[in-house]
Amino acid sequence: MRITNVAGALGTMLLAAGMGGTLHGCATSPTDAETTARATAVLKASFNARGQAGLDRLDQDETQKLCSEYANRSLPAPVAEKIQQANLATIRYPADGKLVGDWKNGEKIAQSGQGFQFSDDPKNPAGANCYACHQLTPQELSYGTIGPSLYRFGKLRGFSDETRKYAWGKVYNADAYAACSNMPRFGHHRILTEQQIRDVVALLVDPASPVNQ
Amino acid sequence: MAIRLTVIALAIAASAIGIAFAQSSTVDEIAKYREALQDGNPAELWEARGEEMWKAPRGPNRVSFERCDLGVGAGVVKGAYAQLPRYFADAKAVMDLESRLVWCMVNQQGISEADATRIKFGDGSARRSDIEALAAYVTSQSRGVDMKVALDEPHVRDMYRLGERMFFYRGGTHDFSCATCHGEDGKRIRLQDLPNLTKTEGAQKAYTTWPAYRVSQGELRTFQWRLNDCFRQQRFPDLVFGSEASIALTTYLAARANGAPYSGPAIKR
Repeated sequence: MRITNVAGALGTMLLAAGMGGTLHGCATSPTDAETTARATAVLKASFNARGQAGLDRLDQDETQKLCSEYANRSLPAPVAEKIQQANLATIRYPADGKLVGDWKNGEKIAQSGQGFQFSDDPKNPAGANCYACHQLTPQELSYGTIGPSLYRFGKLRGFSDETRKYAWGKVYNADAYAACSNMPRFGHHRILTEQQIRDVVALLVDPASPVNQ
Repeated sequence: MAIRLTVIALAIAASAIGIAFAQSSTVDEIAKYREALQDGNPAELWEARGEEMWKAPRGPNRVSFERCDLGVGAGVVKGAYAQLPRYFADAKAVMDLESRLVWCMVNQQGISEADATRIKFGDGSARRSDIEALAAYVTSQSRGVDMKVALDEPHVRDMYRLGERMFFYRGGTHDFSCATCHGEDGKRIRLQDLPNLTKTEGAQKAYTTWPAYRVSQGELRTFQWRLNDCFRQQRFPDLVFGSEASIALTTYLAARANGAPYSGPAIKR
């Protein structure tokens, strides 16, 4: 019922339609690219900024664009490789080299689904909501199954530097290891602070963490 | 309200039972609890209020919804919802139930759009939404009727295609799209089962049970609410009520439910 900005929508549509072919080779027919461009324009005209969620949330980066484009079909290996390389390059390791924090804080962060919703107070710390999608500690029965079980994450992989580094990278930017992962890029998008990532990594790799019992 | 207290007590009992059981039997218990709740669905209160509202003269023009054409004739509610969204030549647009109700309020009853949409969603107490009540009534009149969204109509087909793209549109701080949660079989968030809306069976089961009385909110919620609250959790901004994107997504999901009997308003946790 809101009147769409037709001129703006059309501009975006033509721009995106023009780019579709050149950016991603000939994977999409012009009709496909046109539909995508129109859907994007209509989507952008259908939201209001609210709370901390501005309209810029609808602007896609290259990874989001590609993952949307290939969501409904198989991802060609070169595109997957390109996405993973680009995301791998974003990972920042802490300057002090300390990758592992306090697993008890990590458990709290894993339990919390707060943060970044328009209904959330931005003053409160965000959670990672790991349990929404993963099994972690055996004590928590209310876990989701979108992601794999992480029970015994460290124990199964070995408590090595390599495991710690992988856990950090995976939490920081999951697309670096699995293109178009369902998992948010917690470090890349600044969802979690550096210390929070340390604590979540501890939950996964600390031998004392209930995850590894 | 007695009904609500019973419902809440049942919900607490069910979750207590659930924790004691292993994962799969927890899900079974929740299914049983849902079944038990079907016997007394507070959605009936919204349906009754909506029916009264449907028949009463409203707005400056003192016109009732009996002049409102939901696509199967002026004032006809029987089976109307099962064919929505559809293209309305008088509005030159594809509309879902909620936006069509608003259109009738504005264009026939003389109510301003601002007034018609002031309370889109009730707050669980005094702030009640006329649209939710009207939607409960209208949808209840399609119970048992097979979903039949006209995909052979070009405008509807166009909206379906747009909705399909939007379903897979990743964005925001968390990279979520609708498909993140609703693109695979047999997945859950915490203990909540997620329908795979990309499959006919999943879309049918999910779409035909909205609107629904939400026990946790003490409100009857429409499909517009469902979409808005999904996007909130996706960390997207606020989906505009009745916006083109909301209609496109509704068209996509409603049409994917084609062939299944509509069975709302249902009751959900």
